[in-house]
Amino acid sequence: MTKITPKKKPLFLSWLQLRKERARLIVAIAGISFADVLMFLQMGFRGALFSSAVEFHHSLNGEIVMTSSRSRSLISLDRFTDHRLYQAAGITGVASVSPIYLNSIQWRNPENKEIWDIYTIGINPEHQVLNIAGVEANREKLRQPDTVLFNLGSRREFGAIAERFQSGEAITTEINERQVQIQGLFKLSPTFGINGYLVTSDVNFLRMAPFRQGGLVDVGVIKLKPDADVQAVLAEMRSRLPDDVKVMTRDDYAKAEVAFWSASTPVGYTFDLGVVIAFIVGSVIVYQILYSDVTDHLPEYATLKAMGFRDRYLLIVVFQESLILAVLGFIPGTAIALGIYQITNLATMLPMAMDLGRIVFVFILTAIMSSVSAAIAVRKLQTADPADIF
Amino acid sequence: MVTNLSKPAISIANLNHYYGQGSLRKQVLFDINLQINRGEIIIMTGPSGSGKTTLLTLMGSLRSIQEGNLSILGQELLDASKEQMTLARRNIGYIFQAHNLLNFLTAYQNIEMALEIQEVTAAEADTRIRNILNAVGLEHRMDYYPSDLSGGQKQRVAIARALVSQPKIILADEPTAALDKKSGRDVVEIMEKLAREQGCTILLVTHDNRILDLADRIIYMEDGYLVNRSDVAE
Repeated sequence: MTKITPKKKPLFLSWLQLRKERARLIVAIAGISFADVLMFLQMGFRGALFSSAVEFHHSLNGEIVMTSSRSRSLISLDRFTDHRLYQAAGITGVASVSPIYLNSIQWRNPENKEIWDIYTIGINPEHQVLNIAGVEANREKLRQPDTVLFNLGSRREFGAIAERFQSGEAITTEINERQVQIQGLFKLSPTFGINGYLVTSDVNFLRMAPFRQGGLVDVGVIKLKPDADVQAVLAEMRSRLPDDVKVMTRDDYAKAEVAFWSASTPVGYTFDLGVVIAFIVGSVIVYQILYSDVTDHLPEYATLKAMGFRDRYLLIVVFQESLILAVLGFIPGTAIALGIYQITNLATMLPMAMDLGRIVFVFILTAIMSSVSAAIAVRKLQTADPADIF
Repeated sequence: MVTNLSKPAISIANLNHYYGQGSLRKQVLFDINLQINRGEIIIMTGPSGSGKTTLLTLMGSLRSIQEGNLSILGQELLDASKEQMTLARRNIGYIFQAHNLLNFLTAYQNIEMALEIQEVTAAEADTRIRNILNAVGLEHRMDYYPSDLSGGQKQRVAIARALVSQPKIILADEPTAALDKKSGRDVVEIMEKLAREQGCTILLVTHDNRILDLADRIIYMEDGYLVNRSDVAE
């Protein structure tokens, strides 16, 4: 016989059970949200670290980058003679080469006169070396002596330079005991190693950093002709240039920077560990909640068994509870994390950005965290013996 | 589940039961033989520790049979699988000493739970739940949680839950123990009335002498043996 009338809709037991214990539900949601916020923050910092660390690299206007073979990172540099760069310029396929000088230079905060090191980039003002809008717009002003461009993303320690400049104020301050004038602003995020940037001309750079020798540069940017094959040109350079310099694609240059931060500093590991710890904290919280929930309802579960419900029914109830908790905790957790990203952005200028991949990843972690906890908690269910309730 | 109508509701032959293992093994039921017919209302009484509850849990398919035969509605429970035991429970309405309601469900939802494992339509379920709530006099309390009901009301919900699926057998373990005399008597009368309407068999364990008159037959248990009640003075 076929049924034409709909079967009774099943009771949503898991939700009814969670809903009844309001305080416990709120604690569980808060616990999971907390774990999610921790995970999001660790991943956010990690992501910001890596994306900010390579903003400079990606801004270079050239397919190939040359550094000293002993350079490892923007904060672990070595110099090479620009003669290598001009040797490379002679190779077929190369359109132009530009040297870049990099050094931390002492900057005096014009407001409180404190001295802070600022990361200074010296470029040839006649060439487009950096694809950064603010630098391109003001590049030619750097032909004037003792002029610099200041970084919008610099930390407050350097003074409220950007705000004052934008309001039209002429700002001069002292760099290495020379009076310099701010001629424009550009945007480059601070990294975990660099608080703020200046861009100036190579000539000005050497004036502000008299300890640096002209002709010994830190990075060479090599622009190729449109029809050149990057790999072929790289191979040719490697065979022609001595091994005191290395050449690589711009992407590889950025990858090397990321590899430096994740492998040669404790920073990458610290944040990965943070994610693991947040995951464990969240699991323990969900497990505690589910375990006490199962324990408290043991006589009720035994009653259901005595009525003829299968164990499977009860297992599904507990797993449903864990997934409901995962979803309910994830939503506020994500919202709070987004808020903290914003605040961190404003406070540290670090580019904390949320992306869909991370949201999905954290949700999957939350679901795993909850199901694993549920799987441990339901072992208790086996002890719900219907014979014990009489 | 297909049940054989010509067979007695409960049939027990040469049943022995033991607790513990090895040298600690202790026999609690001795050579029990009992036949309960369909529609009979039987009261089982006897001192504490005489094995009444053990026998009841065996009849309720809540414990595995160790020795002897026990069949419920024609189905033998000796050597029954876990799944067979679970399915056998679906033909039996349970009324516990404590009401054992689900605290996070309302009276209505508690009764609805019993229909969760039955093939019923939404409309039929609703009608049956409302009728049974009416029968136990709690239609005005159907959205109350157990914590907002009195002891007698909770036990009446438990009876409604046991009866709503129209089981062939009701097993009740001291359902009046937690109630005062008046509500205890009320609860059992409701149970008896509904069971007679549905033609259902009742086995009720009790110490409460005031309800003995409701029984068709009274059986008496002592030290693990079933004693013929006619030997005991009324």
